[in-house]
Amino acid sequence: MAKPIWISRDYQACSGCRRCELACSIHHDGWMWPEASRVRVFMPFPGVEVPHLCAQCQDYPCVEVCPVDALSTDSIGAVIVDREACTSCGLCIKACPGQVPTLHPEDNKANICDLCGGDPKCVDVCVEAGYNALTIVNEGPSIHRKLYSRHPVETAKDLAVKMFGEKGEEVIE
Amino acid sequence: MSPGGYAGKWLEVDLTTGKMADITFPDEVLEQYFGGRGMATKILWDRLGENWAELDALSPENLLIFATGPMTAIYPGARICVSGKSPVSNGVVGSTAATEFAVEIKNAGYDGIIVSGKSPKPVYLLVTDDGAELIDASHLWGIDGEKTLIKLNREITDLLTKRHPNVGLWKEPGTMYIGPAGENMVRNACVMTKMCHAAGYGGYGSLMGSKNLKAVAAKSRKSFPKVNATTAVNLMVDQAHRDLQQVSRFRRWGTGWLGFGAGAGSSSEPVRNWQDEWHDEESMGVNRYEDRYWVKKKWTDFNCTLGCMKVSCIQSGRWKGDITDVPDYELQAYCGTNLGIFDAGDNVHISTLMDKLGHSGINGPNTMGYAAELYQRGILTEEDIGFKLEWGDTEAFDQLAHMMAYREGIGDILAEGTYRAALKIAEMKGLKPEETLKYAVHVKGIEIGAHGTRSDADFTHDMNYSASVQGGDHTSTAGDGFSEMSGALFYDSAVYCTFTARGPSPELQWDMLKAITGFPLTMDMWRRVNGPRIITLQKALLLLGGPDVVWDPVKDDENPPRFYEPLPKGPYKGQTTDKDRVDIRTQAYYETLGWDERGIPTRETLEKLDIADVEPLMAKLRK
Repeated sequence: MAKPIWISRDYQACSGCRRCELACSIHHDGWMWPEASRVRVFMPFPGVEVPHLCAQCQDYPCVEVCPVDALSTDSIGAVIVDREACTSCGLCIKACPGQVPTLHPEDNKANICDLCGGDPKCVDVCVEAGYNALTIVNEGPSIHRKLYSRHPVETAKDLAVKMFGEKGEEVIE
Repeated sequence: MSPGGYAGKWLEVDLTTGKMADITFPDEVLEQYFGGRGMATKILWDRLGENWAELDALSPENLLIFATGPMTAIYPGARICVSGKSPVSNGVVGSTAATEFAVEIKNAGYDGIIVSGKSPKPVYLLVTDDGAELIDASHLWGIDGEKTLIKLNREITDLLTKRHPNVGLWKEPGTMYIGPAGENMVRNACVMTKMCHAAGYGGYGSLMGSKNLKAVAAKSRKSFPKVNATTAVNLMVDQAHRDLQQVSRFRRWGTGWLGFGAGAGSSSEPVRNWQDEWHDEESMGVNRYEDRYWVKKKWTDFNCTLGCMKVSCIQSGRWKGDITDVPDYELQAYCGTNLGIFDAGDNVHISTLMDKLGHSGINGPNTMGYAAELYQRGILTEEDIGFKLEWGDTEAFDQLAHMMAYREGIGDILAEGTYRAALKIAEMKGLKPEETLKYAVHVKGIEIGAHGTRSDADFTHDMNYSASVQGGDHTSTAGDGFSEMSGALFYDSAVYCTFTARGPSPELQWDMLKAITGFPLTMDMWRRVNGPRIITLQKALLLLGGPDVVWDPVKDDENPPRFYEPLPKGPYKGQTTDKDRVDIRTQAYYETLGWDERGIPTRETLEKLDIADVEPLMAKLRK
């Protein structure tokens, strides 16, 4: 049985290149498609980039809330979407503390990071470029993961202050 | 099916009536002109060429064009090309900027936008998957670039969330906008994006302001346009990234090492309005920026892992709260040494100020440096300006930048750009034009980039600027009229970054072009036919010029007088631009491109390039 992994994130290291979005969508959708990507980099102010992706909460509120059992988890801890069963109700998005999932722009089905079965393409390109904003850690579920399921603009507001000091309070409305 | 890499249509917006329409171009036109600068030049010739000389660039009849290309966002380093009849040169400049707007507009289904007319009130254009719309921008008019960006990010995200609340979180849009300088039609103002990026050359910020268009924005949830050979493209993009990741100095410093290096090393950096090009002030060293101001050292644009950018922020002192990028070399020079400022923090401040006001960070401070030299020489006085304008006085230049952006006092004259300001000041002072023009560092009205020709030790030499259809633009210079065609002209037409073009092999880039578009085009064909066709059209329109300024074919294909003065100090002391070499290389350039000895395209050339419809206007010029 495959061991659980997690994608650790270092937001300030994100260069904003969005190659993660392209790698993800090429892998899952066959072509470059930023808004179909399971990881999306938010940039509410230039220089403040936040890669936003599933944090694999230990209690998986998205899985819990799905009324048709379209969501489940696999052995490495990823959320797996049964696209046939999904009714596009959007409850998983609302249940997610960071509103991470999207409805896929093509078929409107729940779109959530599946950790690429243990070999996440977003991490590959990020590490290859030397940014290491996204890296793999071989760690099992923990209570801390859910903290990373957070609205990206809220994260960005903190990051802006860390980067710009007092001025950081003003750069994101 | 249209060729790969293209969204397949263009958006046409008439701001006078608010009417919008989708238009398409035949595949043959796309194959000939690609996109970006090529398509913009073609469109401008077709629609405005006949009456070009009579067309005031700041009138509603001028077109403002935003153009992507087939390689945009797919090849590393997404950019867009902004164009129109240039209010500065009265020709055509392809002015590119790195921006997510390029990605979003293409995914929203448009390869480009053609804006005509003038809106009765300030508006911005928003393009989404719901269509294109004009939105009232009264609340944004008058506010600076940084605040404009902050507000647009918020309000457009809110609008899309309200319209489509169930699809998940909406990301910020891609935007391009103008600051007060553009609004007040400072002639060389730029179109800004992403806080500190600009389509800088050409003065398209003033053109945008003349149309009451504060911003353009786009957000799409659709995929990139399909390409001809998907798997091949994906593999080549991977390879291009691996190549870019080997460009170590660029990744580490961007161009930030040149603020010291171009002075101390190659004596090609503007110092005090180009009175010198040498300095060895270690206070301009890249480490001073890195150690004190860089809060993010690996910052990139869309689909770029070269990353020449670093985020700078001033955290204490009088300029606290200033945020910009590196500054890159051009702004280190023009917002620093050219004003006699040799302090990294003051340089970050003036650079940030340019971003906020929407001045071009090269062209605006060129004019400020020009004014300071006139002050130094007693031509402009404290009374004329309102205060002392001494070299290195950051507060004084701060104030002058505001006066230019808002056209107050002497700022109203300087807002016309260096060349036109020189003429006005000569008139005001009862001087001959050459007495003020001798200090004006421009070619065809376009203030020259921060790379001198006198030391011959930079990448810019003899006639690179003087013969260029984009004048002082350092990003696209004239060269041999052949291999040069597959350089900036190609990048600006396929629309990707001139920096990401360095690293990956030319073969890879041309293979990718073919894999993306499917066009059976070779680099050689582009160098012999496609490129010369675009450059020749640009040349024809530049020669037509007008109505306020018409460039003389011979006299104005020339460097500014300063570039023939001997360098006063440093390792290249006494050296200057070789006039004989300028002349002979200029003739060789004309000859290679099939232009006559005055640089006017010949009838045979126009026929050969299949643009014979330009001939009647050129025939008049030849008389």
